[in-house]
Parts: sequence; structure tokens; C-alpha cells
Amino acid sequence: MTKSNLPENRLENRFPEKEPLLTKREATVEANRCLYCVDAPCIDSCPTSIDIPEFIRRIATENREGSAKTILESNILGYSCAQVCPTEVLCESTCVFNEMDEEPIRIGELQRYATEPAIENDVQFFEAGEPTGKRVALIGAGPASLSCAHRLRRYGHETTIFEAKSYPGGLNTDGVAPYKLHAHQSLKEIDYVRQIGGIDIEYNTAVGKDVTLEELEEDFDAIFIGAGLGPDNWLDIPGTDLDGVWGAVDLIAKMKVEEGYELPDDVHTACVVGGGNTAIDVVRELRGLGVDDVMLVYRRDEASMSGYEHEWEGAKKEGARGVWFSQPVEIVGDDHARALRCRKMRPASDDPDDRSLELVDGSDFDIDCDLVVVAIGQSKLGDLFADVDGVELDWGKIVIDAETGRTGNTKYFAGGDCVSGGKEVVDAVEEGKVAARSIHALLTDDAEASADEESTETAPSPVT
Amino acid sequence: MPDLSVNFAGIKSPNPFWLASAPPANSGEQVMRAFDAGWGGAVWKTLGQPIVNVSSRFGSLDYGDRRMIGFNNIELITDRPLEDNFREIEEVKRHYPDHAVIASLMVETKEEWKDIIARSIDAGADGLELNFGCPHGMCERGMGSAVGQEPKVCQEITSWAVEYSTVPVIVKLTPNVGDIIPPGRAAVRGGAHAVSLINTIKSIIGVDLDRGVIQPPVNTKSSNGGYCGQAVRPIALHMTNQLAQDRQVNIPISGIGGVETWRDALEFIYLGASTVQVCTAVMHHGYRIVEDMIDGTERFMRDKGFETIDEMVGKALPSYDQWGNLDLNHEIIAKIDADLCIGCQKCVAACHDGAHQCIHVGEDSRVPYIDEAECIGCNLCKYVCPVPDCITMVEVDNDKDSMTWNEYIAAKERGEDVEHPGKSTHQTHF
Repeated sequence: MTKSNLPENRLENRFPEKEPLLTKREATVEANRCLYCVDAPCIDSCPTSIDIPEFIRRIATENREGSAKTILESNILGYSCAQVCPTEVLCESTCVFNEMDEEPIRIGELQRYATEPAIENDVQFFEAGEPTGKRVALIGAGPASLSCAHRLRRYGHETTIFEAKSYPGGLNTDGVAPYKLHAHQSLKEIDYVRQIGGIDIEYNTAVGKDVTLEELEEDFDAIFIGAGLGPDNWLDIPGTDLDGVWGAVDLIAKMKVEEGYELPDDVHTACVVGGGNTAIDVVRELRGLGVDDVMLVYRRDEASMSGYEHEWEGAKKEGARGVWFSQPVEIVGDDHARALRCRKMRPASDDPDDRSLELVDGSDFDIDCDLVVVAIGQSKLGDLFADVDGVELDWGKIVIDAETGRTGNTKYFAGGDCVSGGKEVVDAVEEGKVAARSIHALLTDDAEASADEESTETAPSPVT
Repeated sequence: MPDLSVNFAGIKSPNPFWLASAPPANSGEQVMRAFDAGWGGAVWKTLGQPIVNVSSRFGSLDYGDRRMIGFNNIELITDRPLEDNFREIEEVKRHYPDHAVIASLMVETKEEWKDIIARSIDAGADGLELNFGCPHGMCERGMGSAVGQEPKVCQEITSWAVEYSTVPVIVKLTPNVGDIIPPGRAAVRGGAHAVSLINTIKSIIGVDLDRGVIQPPVNTKSSNGGYCGQAVRPIALHMTNQLAQDRQVNIPISGIGGVETWRDALEFIYLGASTVQVCTAVMHHGYRIVEDMIDGTERFMRDKGFETIDEMVGKALPSYDQWGNLDLNHEIIAKIDADLCIGCQKCVAACHDGAHQCIHVGEDSRVPYIDEAECIGCNLCKYVCPVPDCITMVEVDNDKDSMTWNEYIAAKERGEDVEHPGKSTHQTHF
């Protein structure tokens, strides 16, 4: 699936952009506000180390294309990251303006301003390296693999991505909140990334099913695992098989990429179970679609939510509310869910360091609702690689050396959510980049290559 | 209540804030609105044989997102019939007898000067301003700055005007000279009652890089224009100071060049001007900026205990001296307030790349520190620091007596064993 055949009538299109593209004047004013700090702290708080003051200065001097290049040099998915990154807790959190209680520079919005024309007009800054004859397989077409593949192409290696779904991008395409990034924007960006040439994607090809790891090992010189996460984790309680009960990732994907999908007309009240960012996303999306009463049901208190505070504050402003210390015990209904039955929870001890909770007997209560969305994380896919010699797993996550992206098997590298268990797109991009350097070192026997810093103009020169 | 009224070389005005001869003083309707807004006087858009103007005429120098920190124009003198201008001057004076209306004039021959001066005075002008400053267009025809650049011509035409005039004559000088003193003295020798400066600076405001055409464009061409606005104020202040310091130029000065606020105006007054003229700021923001100019000046005068404008005129002149008479042993160094510092380290780059390499960053903190033994007190870090009062310059008691360059050289010539003045640093081992 590419931009051209993504269906037009997708539910996500009903969401306007929360932060529309800055106008030239807005961008100029904001860019000129940037102090152009020395050794700027914002760079350190970007996982991909984008030279932020430099790209902002280039906006100020009307060198918008040069600005895009500065960004994409460090982060080839800089366009989508500009929109999906939690800049509030990353680059913008360390902007020195915070130190004097002034608004930080709107780095994310400036980054989109810089990159959007390059993506839209397909302005390419990087060329594939001289062919090395080496071939790398990448598992999963999400941000980690795309970043890794693009970097590998700059080194001159051939790349083939194996993707279980019919479209690329992973959660960037079918999981990101639509008011931040639409699926077609993600696909447009992937088209742009692939313009470097030589990034092949085999769709509908699940590793372990449609192609085996043995086959990949046979055909390729190195393998990068960027498989992401599996299906939604599920509540082990009665009633989850009723109509009107959804997994969060599943539901979001339907909104984002399924042709003509609509929420049922009769959904007026919804319960979203969980306390993470996906739970908050679903809450905000349901409110955005006009569901009257949307509750986030979480087993701990508000302060303990793992989701970002700024996101939850936004959700509350949009009318969502939280139900705290509540553990679902049953979804009640005949054919269709009509209530979420919860049991109150409380801290098991007075010790504030002890986070364990206990159920309160006899405290069951029903929350009447037409929709229950389960947002308690996604399953880990590590088991797929359990039999690979040397590859270690940690509760389903693939264990790597963070400096190099190497697994315990010299041929296997990994990055992204299958390693972290679920972090930001920008983290996946960086991990793909790091792994690409190590793969290049492996394929060229160049121990130095892994330590190489960013190249400047085109591809890092391959040593063959 | 401070008194803002002035008597400028015999021209009375309710305050020292005049519109300069320029588009804001192009017509009677405008000047009357300006007076209603609070302006004390207006120097009428220069009168002469009406010309034809080009389109476009103005160019802007922007800085980042700030508009018009500098400005230039290739507009010439009035393009309206003289009769209309004189009729309107008469009307303005009829309605505003207490405001100052000055006729700015620019013609060629002695006869023309005689005629236009007589008509100006008949119309009721309180004074005349001879435009010897316009650096574009008119100078190609031997007028404007072509006069101001030639002291002899300047003196001669001034003397004609003084001869024919029964009202005070102000000579408006051009800054397009190497030294402002000769034309200033020429005006005095010609009998001028006052000088005004600066007129605009010969300039090219910019180039349209897409079209390859100089700005502002007249179709596919342009010409050099007159530069003005905020960015020229330092040049105007310097020239005002030069004339005010000169004993031979003992006539009132009207300060012009980048005046936008009451503070700007007072800087000119402190350097010897007794009125100021404003154009670009009005073109940018409209007549109403004068309200704050008046209010700010009054407050300042109350705060400082001044009762009249005259008391402030030339207040800063004694602080000027030649460089050779500045104390080389006076020592200041920068101090960084670590509590206020936000860690942008702009001072580090500025000092390392653009100054004396004496601001450094430690291992554990983003707050830089000053190597005080190396700091030469240049001020650069203070200016690049975005945080108010974070970097301050403090005086160092170095136990050294004052020593100027001139004193040092004189002492050496006398054969005295004199210690090298100033601070010794890694760049200046004495």
C-alpha cells in the first residue's frame, strides 16, 4: 500500500491537525527567537542528536532546504518525528528559555516547517553508496528498520525489508494519534525515504510464517530485527469476547487505515482501560469523534500514570475524566458490552516506596458504557527469535548492546520497540541508525566504522 | 510640571518634537493632524520646482522578524504645485499659530531662492530650512547634498537666504562628508541661525537576489537612495556631538536621524540638540508615537529634576574626549550571575571567537565562568547575553593611577621610566 491506494474515506481524516504547519511569518519569528546556543542542550535531549540550533538558524536565514538537510542527516524520519515526538519531554524540555520561565522554542513545529517541503517536493539530500554486494534483511517496516535501511543504503549495502502487513511504517502509519500525524503523511515520508533507491519491501510476509529465519540467514549477510510489538495485551476477565470490546492498537489502526470504518452510532460512553500513552491517545481520539463520556480506568492514581502528563492534561481539557484505583473484573453485557465492572484497589501498605496494590473486597461497581477499549500494552514478539543461537530475550524483549545494536548472534542486530518494549519513534530511528553503523562494520570488517560519526555530504564512504 | 516648550533660534514651539521634512509633512491636512496628535512643529516637505517621483520609492532593512530597523528612499522633493503648498502653510498657521511651521527649500539660482523665500514668508512660515542634504536625485542636478558637500557653495547659498529672509534660517546638513565640521562652519559663516542634521546617508538598501535588482526597484532598475531610521542614529549622534563640541558652530542644532522614542530624542538633546526631527518612525507607526515621546520626556525630566528642555541640552557633551585622553588604567571585568544564567553559552562563543578567550565552561555545569586575570572588560559578553542583568561589568581596584595614551607617550618622550599602562593578558604581554 502506498499513498496512492490508501483509502480516502478513513475515520482519521475527521481529525484536524492539532498543530498546523507554521506560516512563514510564524516560523521566522520563532526561528529568530532561538538563541543559537553553544553546545545546545536541546541537541543532547534529542535521541537522534539533530543539530537543532543549526536547522533553526537556517530557517531564519530563509535556507529552508538546508534546514531540512540538517535535520534529515541525523534523523531520516525527521518529518514525522517533528509531529509525533513528545517534544515537551525531549528537546523542548531542555531549551534554555525554560530556565528563565519563558516558553521554549517550538522546535517540533519548526522541524516540520523545515522538512515538509523537502518531503512534499521530494528534495533528496543523500545518495546510495557504491554497491558493496552485501545484503541485509530487515524484519518489520517500521521506523527502526526504515532508518537502518536508509543508512545502510548510504553505505552501499542492499536492503530488503520483510513486513507482515500490507503497508509500511508500523505504528507511525497505523498507530499514531491522527491529530498528530495522518497515515498518508507517514506513507508519503516512507516514499521519500525509499527514493534513495534499493530499499525493497516484501509486504504480507511474516517472518517465521511466510519466510523462515533460516532462509534469511542463508540469503543475507546480516539481519536487523525491527519487528516492533505484537497484538494488544488482553484482560483475563469474563466478558472480553462481547461486542464492543476492543484492543487499543487494533481500534486505532482501524481508524487510521481501514476504508470507511466508523464507530457504531450508539457509542455514547466509553471506558478505556490503562494508564499509558496509548490509553490517553484512545481517550482523546474517542472524545474527538464525539463520544460523549470517555473515562480512563486505571488501577493506580492519576500521578502514577505512565502516560505523559501533558497528554493527559490535554485529554482532560477535551472533557475526558479518570477513574482511579479501579481494576476491571468483568465486562457485563448480553451480546454487547453494557458496563465495565471494576473492583476498587488500594495501596497494600503505607510505605510510599511500596507500589503494590491490593483489591478491596466487596467494592465492586459498574460503569455503564457502550465501548470498552483495552490499552494495557502490546505483546512482545521476542519468542519469534527464541531459537536463534545467541539471541537473548528479556521478558520477550530482544537484548542488545545499546552502543552497537548487536545481539548475542554476530549476524543479528535489533532496535525499536522489539528491544525497548515501546518507546518513541525517534528512539527507534536512532537505534536503527546505530545498528546500521555496526552492520556496516561487520560487513566491511571495518572496526572503525562503528565508531564513525555522522557523514556530512552523501554516504559514508564504504570500505570494501 | 516640566516645561517642554522651546525657542529654537527664535522659532517657538510647544515641544522639541518636529516632523522632519519628508512624506509625513507633505500636506496641510497631514501637518494639522500631526499637530493635533501632539507634534510641536513640522518642517514641510521640501519645496522647489515640483518634480515627478518614481514608483516604487522606499526600501526597508529588516533584522530577523523586525521590520524597518533601517530605511531608504529615492523619493525627491515635493511633487505638488508650489501654490498648493503655500496655501496650505497659510492655512496651517492660521489654525495653529503657536506651532512651528518651517519651510524646507531647495532651488538652484539666486533668483529662485529669493522668490521662494519671499513666498514662504508670505505664507507665514516661522523659519526656513535649506535642504543641503538630499543625497539622491536632486544632487545630480547640483542641489541637495551637492551643496552640503561643498563648504564654499554651502556658505554662499546660506548667505543669500539669510539676506532675503526675515525669519530664522536653518541649514540642513548632509552626512555624506568625511568631516561634518567644514560644512557646519560654512553654514555659520554664511549667517545661518541654526543647523539641522543629519539628512539621509547615500545608500543601497539591498539587492533582490531572485531578480538581481537593487532595491527599491523601479521596474528593472534602481538608484542609490537616502538611508535613515533607527540604524543611522549612531552616525547622527556622532555628527551632532561633533558640531556641538565645535566652538565655531555656536548656533542651535536640530537633531535628526533614527529618533523613534523619547529616549532617542533625549540622547540628541544630551549631545547638544535643542529640537529633534522625526520621519521614519512616523512612517512606520504614525503620528501618535509623539504621545509617548512627550509623556516619557516629562517623566524623565521630573525624575531628574529638569524644568526646561534647555537645561538638558548638551548635558553629555563633557563626557566626550579624544581616545588618547581616556584612562588606560581604568579596569572593569565581567561577572556572571550564576543564579540568573540559563546556560546558553552565547557569551562563551562570543568571547572565544570574537573577543579575548577568557570565558570558559566547567565540567559539571553549563554556567560559564570568567577568567578574571584575562578579562579585558570589553562588554561583548554582556551584550550577547539574553538574560537581563546576568552579566554585569564591575570595576576592579587595581591600585593604578590614571594614565592616558597621551600621558604615556608624553612621559616616555620626557625620558621617564613609566610603567606600560593597561592590563597584561595572554594577547598583550607587556
